Amino acid sequence: MSTAGTSKRSMRTPLGRVRNLGAAHSGTSDFWRQRLTAVAMLLLMIPVLVIVMMLLGRNHAGAAQILSSLPVALILLLFIFASAWHMKIGMQVVIEDYVHNEKLKLVSVMLNNFFSVAVALASTYAILKLSSGV
Amino acid sequence: MALSIVHRATGIALYAGTLLLVWWLVAAASGPAAYANVQAFTGSIIGRLIVFGYTWALMHHMLSGVRHFFWDLGYGFKANEREALTWGAAIGGIVLTVLIWIVAYAIGGGR
Repeated sequence: MSTAGTSKRSMRTPLGRVRNLGAAHSGTSDFWRQRLTAVAMLLLMIPVLVIVMMLLGRNHAGAAQILSSLPVALILLLFIFASAWHMKIGMQVVIEDYVHNEKLKLVSVMLNNFFSVAVALASTYAILKLSSGV
Repeated sequence: MALSIVHRATGIALYAGTLLLVWWLVAAASGPAAYANVQAFTGSIIGRLIVFGYTWALMHHMLSGVRHFFWDLGYGFKANEREALTWGAAIGGIVLTVLIWIVAYAIGGGR
C-alpha cells in the first residue's frame, strides 16, 4: 500500500493525517446557524406576535388583506425561514442523540430535512400567493 | 433542575406544531372555506388548548434559549446564577403565555 494516507492498514492516526492541513471551517456551522436563527427569531418575536394579534377574530377577507401587506409578508417569511432552519438543526441533534441504528439514523435525518423544507416551502408559497393577490 | 430536557421537549412540540402554522397559512391562501375550517378548529376547546400549549412551548423555549446564550457567552455559571436563570425561564415562560392570552382575549380573539 503506497497511499499510506488512505489505507486502512496505515499506522498513521486520523489526527496525524489531518494535522497541519488547517481547519475545515465547517465544523461548527450547525452550532453557529442554530444560534444565528435563534437571535433572528428573538428579534422577530414581537412583530410576529403583533401580526398574530391583528389576525385574531378576523374572517378570511380581513386576514388575507393583512397577510398580503409587504411588511407583514416579509416579517413572516423571515420568521419561517429562520424557524425551519432552526428546527431542522435542533431535530437533527435529537436524532443523533437517540437513534443509534445507523440506517434508521440516516433515514430519520433525511425525513427531518424533507419535513423542514416542506414546512418552509408550503408556508412561503402560501404567503407569496396571498401577496400576489391571485 | 431538569429544565434542559424541557427545552428539548418544547423544541420537539414546536417542530410538530409548525404543521398548524402551515395549515393556517395554506388555508388563508386557499380561500374562505379552508380558512373557516382552521378557525373552527382553533376556536374549539381542544384547538384552544393546543394553541395555548403551543404559546407556552414557544415562550418557554425562547427564554430557556436565552439562558443558553448567557452560558454560551460565558456568564451565569455560578450555582445561584444557574438557579436564577432557570427559574427565570420557567416562570417567565408561564407569565408571558398568560399575558399573551389576556391581550388576545382583550382585543377580541375570544370571539
